[in-house]
Amino acid sequence: MKQRVVVTGMGVVSSLGTDLNTFWNALLAGKSGVSLVEAFDMTEYPTKIAAEVKNFNPEDYGIDKKDARKMDRFVQFGLVASLSAIKDADLRIGENADPERVGVSVGSGIGGLGTWEDQHTILMEKGPRRVSPFFIPMMIANMASGQISIATGAKGPNTTTVTACATGTHSIGDSFKLIQRGDAEVMICGGAEATIRPIAMAGFSNMRAMSTRNDEPEKASRPFDIDRDGFVMGEGAGVLVLESLEHAQNRGARIYAEVIGYGMSGDAHHMTEPDPDGAARCMKRAVKDAGIEPEAIEYINAHGTSTPVGDKSETTAIKETFGDHAYKLAVSSTKSMTGHMLGAAGGVEAVILGLALQNGILPPTINLDRQDPECDLDYVPNEPRRADISVALSNSFGFGGHNATIIMRKYEA
Amino acid sequence: MSDVYERVKRIVVERLGVEEAEVTSEANFKDDLGADSLDVVELVMELEDEFDLEISDEDAEKITTVGEVVNYIQSHA
Repeated sequence: MKQRVVVTGMGVVSSLGTDLNTFWNALLAGKSGVSLVEAFDMTEYPTKIAAEVKNFNPEDYGIDKKDARKMDRFVQFGLVASLSAIKDADLRIGENADPERVGVSVGSGIGGLGTWEDQHTILMEKGPRRVSPFFIPMMIANMASGQISIATGAKGPNTTTVTACATGTHSIGDSFKLIQRGDAEVMICGGAEATIRPIAMAGFSNMRAMSTRNDEPEKASRPFDIDRDGFVMGEGAGVLVLESLEHAQNRGARIYAEVIGYGMSGDAHHMTEPDPDGAARCMKRAVKDAGIEPEAIEYINAHGTSTPVGDKSETTAIKETFGDHAYKLAVSSTKSMTGHMLGAAGGVEAVILGLALQNGILPPTINLDRQDPECDLDYVPNEPRRADISVALSNSFGFGGHNATIIMRKYEA
Repeated sequence: MSDVYERVKRIVVERLGVEEAEVTSEANFKDDLGADSLDVVELVMELEDEFDLEISDEDAEKITTVGEVVNYIQSHA
């Protein structure tokens, strides 16, 4: 028998805040987390803006200084978001949950790029004998999941998905399936990323993928707007505590929403250019998995990265999936505010889906001043909207043609 | 208290996150100061930089306490 799976805890680290309330209020206020990069000198870079998590100190969240020093920034983000989500869920592993039935899947699109960059500099300047013995364990993309289990004592399935910008949604969808089929009772799942680093800013810039609207950072991420010119890099983490309904009820947990569907597909098309057919097949699979009619979907949290090609392609895919209903449902891209958090995006956007369902409010797409005629759906422009929705969907698409969609429903016994 | 000892102590406190009082001459890196094998490798690298000397892997393996490190540095620097 398939287990029903519910969201009982959520945690976030982002440019718009590191607690749920601050984060949600910023989204409803239409606040942008984007500004000139402070961490590095960006003088020589075409893109000088990003959505940084400023003044982040892991010790403020109870992580020991000695331990934090051996963690890449993406691991620190993932661990902090996980600890917040666990606290939010009142999950006490070993007390109200069997450690062996609690798993972790917090992925990263890229992994410890900052550690890699620092250690490579040491290799070039000082030679091989000076490369840190912690380089490899700090850098590998699975180490957020590893450190989260070490810190929390979760001894169930422990894994990591790496599918670029689809990582967070794949991690949550795969975790949903693990619980649904009984391999775990609880999963701590989502994504973490920390790539606001010179090497990544240079690499993405040279792909011509990032906005260069350096003189107006807060207006740079503008999905579906005619003047969009690329994505704005964000960083942070978004983590859910997913749990079988039975387990949640037995321990009297508060339930945010129910996860009901998961879809995956591959474009089989191009390294970086999306094919709308792949995204449409992904959404259709998720709808089928949920056992609902496409018309049941009332809100889509779009991948919507603010690139000229991507937003158009997703719009086409939504129309292909939903037909006339595409014009009736609401779509918004919260990346207009958070920037594109790459592998963390799906995690953070799942948190947003949970909050939208719980509060009956849709966060807006900001900076949507002149809608692209080729993006002709209802994108909830600039102002949040009260809407007592029951079913919502979140999309994530990654380089390589990896597509992932999850569907959540308002919880009803 | 020698200058070498003070410099070693500062690095140990910084790297292993221990209190200064714990870094006695007899303190064993693994048993008393909570270091694992990777911590020791990193510590040796740091000491090599600090004192501008090279500690061979063979010698590094024999060093288990703070006092042994101080003695090694005083006789090789």
